Amino acid sequence: MELSEHIKTANVEDVTLRRPFHPALRGTLCVTSHHLLFSDRKDEASWQLLILLKNIDAIEKSVENLFGYPRAVGSSGTITIKCKDLLVLQLEIPGMEECLNIASSIEALSSLESVTEMYPFFYRPSHLTLNGPWGLSSTEQYYKQTERLWDRWRVSTVNSDYSVCPSYPSAVIVPREVDDDKLIHSARFRQGGRFPVLSYCHHRNGMVIMRSSQPLTGANKKRCKEDELLLQAVIDGSELGYIIDLRSAQQAQQARMTGGGFESKSFYSHWKRIHRHHERGKVVQESLIKLVEACSDPSHSVDRWLSKLENSKWLSHVHSALSTAGLVVECVERDGHSVLVHGSEGTDNTLLVSSLAQLILDPASRTVTGFLCLLEREWIQAGHPFQQRCAHSAYSHARLKQECPIFLLLLDCVWQVWRQFPLALEFSEALLLRLAQEVYASNYGTFLCNSEQERCAAGVKENTHCLFQSLLRPDIEEQYLNPLYEPTDLAIWPSVHPQSLQLWTGLFLRWTEYAQNMEEAREEVWSIVKEHHEQAGPDRTNNTLSTHCDTLTSFENLMDELTIL
Amino acid sequence: MEHIITPKVEYVKLLNRYPEKKSVLGTLYLTATHLIYVEQTNNTRKETWVLHHHIMSVEKLPLTASGCPLLIRCKTFQLLHLLFQRERDCQDVYQSLLRLFQPVKEEELYAFLYNPHQNEEDRRQGWEFINVANDFSRMGLSNDYWEISHLNKNYEICSTYPSILGLPKNVSVATVTGSAKFRSRGRLPVLSYFHKDTKAAICRCSQPLSGLTSRCVEDEQMLQAISQANSNCPFIYVVDTRPKLNAMANRAAGKGYENEDNYSNIRFQFQGIENIHVMRNSLQKLLEVCSMKSPSMSDYLTGLENSGWLRHIKSVMDAGVFLAKAVCEERASVLVHCSDGWDRTAQVCSLSCILLDPYYRTIKGLMVLIEKEWISFGHKFSHRCGHLDTDPKEVSPVFTQFLECVWQLSEQFPCVFEFNERYLIEIHNQVYACQYGNFIGNCQKERLEMRLHEKTFSLWPHLLKNQHLYRNPLYRRSLECTVLRPSTLPLHFKFWCGMYNYYDRGMHPKQSVLDQLLSLTQKQVEGERTMTELQRVRGVVGVVDFVRVERYLTDMTLSPSHPFTAAGCCRWKRASQTLRFQITLLELNPPSSKSRGIHFLPNGISITLS
Repeated sequence: MELSEHIKTANVEDVTLRRPFHPALRGTLCVTSHHLLFSDRKDEASWQLLILLKNIDAIEKSVENLFGYPRAVGSSGTITIKCKDLLVLQLEIPGMEECLNIASSIEALSSLESVTEMYPFFYRPSHLTLNGPWGLSSTEQYYKQTERLWDRWRVSTVNSDYSVCPSYPSAVIVPREVDDDKLIHSARFRQGGRFPVLSYCHHRNGMVIMRSSQPLTGANKKRCKEDELLLQAVIDGSELGYIIDLRSAQQAQQARMTGGGFESKSFYSHWKRIHRHHERGKVVQESLIKLVEACSDPSHSVDRWLSKLENSKWLSHVHSALSTAGLVVECVERDGHSVLVHGSEGTDNTLLVSSLAQLILDPASRTVTGFLCLLEREWIQAGHPFQQRCAHSAYSHARLKQECPIFLLLLDCVWQVWRQFPLALEFSEALLLRLAQEVYASNYGTFLCNSEQERCAAGVKENTHCLFQSLLRPDIEEQYLNPLYEPTDLAIWPSVHPQSLQLWTGLFLRWTEYAQNMEEAREEVWSIVKEHHEQAGPDRTNNTLSTHCDTLTSFENLMDELTIL
Repeated sequence: MEHIITPKVEYVKLLNRYPEKKSVLGTLYLTATHLIYVEQTNNTRKETWVLHHHIMSVEKLPLTASGCPLLIRCKTFQLLHLLFQRERDCQDVYQSLLRLFQPVKEEELYAFLYNPHQNEEDRRQGWEFINVANDFSRMGLSNDYWEISHLNKNYEICSTYPSILGLPKNVSVATVTGSAKFRSRGRLPVLSYFHKDTKAAICRCSQPLSGLTSRCVEDEQMLQAISQANSNCPFIYVVDTRPKLNAMANRAAGKGYENEDNYSNIRFQFQGIENIHVMRNSLQKLLEVCSMKSPSMSDYLTGLENSGWLRHIKSVMDAGVFLAKAVCEERASVLVHCSDGWDRTAQVCSLSCILLDPYYRTIKGLMVLIEKEWISFGHKFSHRCGHLDTDPKEVSPVFTQFLECVWQLSEQFPCVFEFNERYLIEIHNQVYACQYGNFIGNCQKERLEMRLHEKTFSLWPHLLKNQHLYRNPLYRRSLECTVLRPSTLPLHFKFWCGMYNYYDRGMHPKQSVLDQLLSLTQKQVEGERTMTELQRVRGVVGVVDFVRVERYLTDMTLSPSHPFTAAGCCRWKRASQTLRFQITLLELNPPSSKSRGIHFLPNGISITLS
């Protein structure tokens, strides 16, 4: 069936559009295969609103038929459109039939399941060509850049045809002394074939963060020699490594009943296991739904709000993600040990914790490019099933399947880090908001599919444009940069006291008046910084903003040398 | 000094809230004004200074194996957990502090000892710096509708009101005195704020003595006069800020609220702000949440909810917003009262002034507002802050709530206030510090009798001198919308970590946008002023800037209660081949030998003062 066959009414005139904090507009509404287009009727300087149908999470329709005739004058309908980026719109459509037609077209076209029918395969802006480079980094590139790895680690292409682990990329980094054969055995012993691979190597001490899925020890406490050797090779003679298991000890025990399990002390004697409970799947999705619902609650009771906020548990998830990431950082940076992170499948919380730990540890991942590379390696190539997890957002009435806003949780955690270290990240909140939007509905192919294998099969690289490439064009938009950025080499440990964590108003109150006030403040910051740069003169632009820490240190050093009167 | 049993105790531990950091042994000193705890490890010396007046309670905890613990809670929300080795020492310090932190006589307050090295002329000018009468002129008084009256110059009409009052033009003396007699404690309806654009006024008073049936012609005439002073609206709102039940209960005691039938053209409204006792208990609960040891997110949010604190903050804000809307949208005048008209009324009137008039959002404007609505209108600072050993049931965080409302507004509107969060916190600390005379006493008459203007100094010039620390770099003077219309949805009310967990620095952002912007803008300002000097300095030391040096000194070493504050005068000098760092320390106090000699700052730095 052609996409256009879903469209029974393509155009309606005299539609009224209502958006929060804007006056109502009258104009023409069009439905195309991938977009909803509204334009007001003024010929000059006409105003348009273009919404990707995929961005629509839920629609609610109510029709009023005053005279009982379908075509009667005065019959009309209202469609409420709730988008995945949390915007809510209302369309008043004259004519009941038109209204119902539009609604059913939106319903059908916003829930397409076939990847190649999605908009990124049709998006062809004039300033981009399909032949350009796709993506920013790869396993091989990361290996090449990280000199510390060359000695003891290698790039394995055992998964080049995705047969060892369907959700891994074709190349992974593993200890040099472990051959591909052992990897295959280890993969059979891990859920979904996700054997332990290197995720990050710490530039200060060479300690690494590994990630995997749970071992399939099962009820009979099976073991796998190759898996044990692989992990032994990771710590290579040093005394101890830490396994951060993202389940409670009890959950890990229970997993054995269904074939999963954990690394037992007796077989992995040099690894110390620490359990940290993290919610997953449906529970996190429901948290998001509850939180968004609480944010749009018109009630004026503070108690009700706080109780709903608490009840949503969203901030509790933020809290545990940052705490566990902090724990990983503590092991790597402070105690100088390598870490293996896993939960069950190793595609969700595992990625969340390992990428947050990298952001905290690694100054390179705090630049715009570095951060996007991190997302590409640790989320897209590492096989976070974006298509399943982001099929629906907070408004959908559809029965939940595999939806889970883990990526949104990551962005929220990054925002919390940014709030506590407002000078340490090169990118701004706007970049996080853009990503939060793109992950659910995008012109670009970056977040399509569930794994590299699927993307290859669908020809994503050949037929769509890459979001990250486009974000990094030479004229990178100012709004994605942090004007106050001062690189620091140190780990940036966020506080995880409940008092230190806040609701991410930028995302959850994005479409309110509040966001406009914040935008004003953002502009003001930019203008101060620019004015300062002008004052300092062009040649000083780069070095007047030395790092906060540097200034303090140099100041302290100076104080020692000074004679103080 | 006679209350200090032991001036110095050694081997005292200051316990950290987070046990992972190990506590070291230090020495505790008690002076006439401060408690000082000194920790000396290797080459670093860390000093913690606590002003006695800042102490809220001292509690001896049960003996433990490791020693004898003493818990000191401060009005600035600092928490000190000391551990003594000997029970005797603990008891002595406990006894001394009990006497020191709540003096019995006013003359014992810090302000009567404190001298910031100013002469009498400076002192006089300092007190005249903020003048409420000037604010009346700024509003356009006297004009065709309102005039400044001196009827209360001897505080005979109302002993807790200021000597000058704003009254409707041509209202008769009989009406004024009659109305005063019909109001609780004589606090008759008078002008609080006149809104030039709409001609609407905000007036304040206490509850009427209406009981179940009483009425008073003069009071009715008074309200009539207020109504007639605004031709833009045929009615006035009468806002009782109390919950309806409380107001009804007062009727049985011969007080109560206005009966709409007796007054022509009033619209009566309750606002539901709870009384001082509820607020005191709520803060108590909030502080318990703040001091929980590693709570989970749910514990914290549930605790926050159960404290009711943000609900109360919102109720004050709601009332303020109601007033501002009535004035600017309906062009209606408003008369506000609660019971006595010095707590909730002060909160609501001053908050609506901030919403309506951008002037009160400036550094000086806020001083004027506090001086006008709080100090001169008889908010009982001495009682509410518990300066002296008086009835603990009179203590209540009413003023703190006002400051928090301002902070909540500044979170919603980051560009409309000239000052930053630190200004609010500094004012809060100073209110309790009794270092300056402004917040001593309960009303103007009392302050006059205490001769505060002759014996103490005013806080405002001190704050103004340091105003560069309190500036909001995002402030846009030119913002078009002059009336603030905040959203009062519950999700906009946030916990103020910067205030209630001020001393838990670990909870705060590790880098400060404010400091960064202040240092950028400060550079610009100074750059314009002393370009040559600055270049010379930069030429030598690079990007060390004055603000940071100052912040370093003020924030990290010299707490607000330290006997001196480094202000404005950091100077780098090049002498022969050495760089010399010269700090002029201002406000030495007491001007004794104590401040001379060597002072140790953290990181092994010492300053010699001669």
